[in-house]
Amino acid sequence: MKPEQEELFEQEVEALIKEIHTQYGYDFSGYARASVYRRIRRFLGQKHLQSIEELRRFLFTDSFFFENFLQEITVNVTEMFRDPTFYKSLRENVLPILSTYPFIKVWDAGCSTGEELFSLAILLEEEGLLGRTKIYATDINQKVLRQAKEGIFSASHMAAYTSAYYAAGGKRDFAEYYTSNYGSVKFNSSLVRNVVFYPHNLATDSSFNEFHLIVCRNVLIYFNRALQERVYHLFDESLVSLGYLGLGKKETLAMSGISDKYSFVDKNNRIYRKNS
Amino acid sequence: MHDNSRLIVMGGSWGGIQASMRILQGLPADYSIPIVLVLHRLRNHEGSLQELYSKKLLLQAVEIDDKTPLEKGHVYIAPANYHVLLEKDHTFSLDDSELENYSRPSIDVTFASAADVFGKNTVGILLSGASKDGSSGLKYIFEKKGTAIVQDPDEAEITTMPLAAINSTPGCSILNVERIQAYLLTLHGH
Repeated sequence: MKPEQEELFEQEVEALIKEIHTQYGYDFSGYARASVYRRIRRFLGQKHLQSIEELRRFLFTDSFFFENFLQEITVNVTEMFRDPTFYKSLRENVLPILSTYPFIKVWDAGCSTGEELFSLAILLEEEGLLGRTKIYATDINQKVLRQAKEGIFSASHMAAYTSAYYAAGGKRDFAEYYTSNYGSVKFNSSLVRNVVFYPHNLATDSSFNEFHLIVCRNVLIYFNRALQERVYHLFDESLVSLGYLGLGKKETLAMSGISDKYSFVDKNNRIYRKNS
Repeated sequence: MHDNSRLIVMGGSWGGIQASMRILQGLPADYSIPIVLVLHRLRNHEGSLQELYSKKLLLQAVEIDDKTPLEKGHVYIAPANYHVLLEKDHTFSLDDSELENYSRPSIDVTFASAADVFGKNTVGILLSGASKDGSSGLKYIFEKKGTAIVQDPDEAEITTMPLAAINSTPGCSILNVERIQAYLLTLHGH
């Protein structure tokens, strides 16, 4: 694209973001632009669309098409026990403290298709805490929430997930947790018996409960600094005193307004604890 | 739309660490243009490239965090398992979406994003590697009137990556590491 075309593309995307907000109520204005441009270009390519104008026409005449667009623009790539050291650290540094509470509340924010959620549930199960833990699993996208609830994943990933599970300090035979069927596996629904699934938009919705642990990994990387700031304050409001916050490996509170109120539990794995 | 600040983006895979090290070792601590380094490595690999580069360079080597701002005198290393994008306010955004060219980080992704923000002031350098990642990104930089440099296949440890780039961007400059370093030094302070 020539510089003029590039500029036009960016202006058209800005107009589209406004129109999506008006028509469908989803607010992408705080999303990191480099990523939005890339996702939209990718989507145009996939659907063989020539222009933003053409995309516009489909988006606002076909709500199924919009659902599909939403799915592609909000990145839903995820895996079980991603960064095993994060889960190992949760197991060793956080769960022993949480076990002193009679009842534990966890928020998995941006749970996507559920791989992270099942990883957390397995960890809690093995530490004997699942029975008295309630997990709130939220995502902007209702379709991925439905998938998360089912706990069905492609069998092709299981070798990688199994080794990540053991690297995360897994204590059992990983195969105990799921049953295989025609190229897919279904995780035991007992793992999510205390999970509440519900749609929540970090960009616009407010705090809805108080938690001992909030896990939000590689979700805020798609937001700009201002929206990140909003969400960090939302998390701060939603955490009990001495509560824990687990971010993605390359996400940091350092530049946020709440950083003074938090200390590292594990710097390498970006696990923070709210000061008392 | 673009201001005058420049950015150097360097990519490689097999043999890319050694080649980039030789180039960067000759740059002074106050080198005036930020440098972004995207190297393929094993997924979930914990090893610290940052330590390796810190020991050997005068420049500050840092692994990129989400929203890290660009500063001169720094080499920014793409973290394992993320794509690296550039924002208009000269900060990084990380991205964990699908692999590109079987890679995350992908060199193509960072090269294209850099060219969108820095336009003709982008210097793309593609080094040794056993992959075709980087060639379409380098072409994109070239089309945006940026500078496209490829390590001379005669000296590259693995020629797949340089040859793919030369093939897709015939107008690129083909230089050995010494000449790449000398070229970067001519940009210093301008």
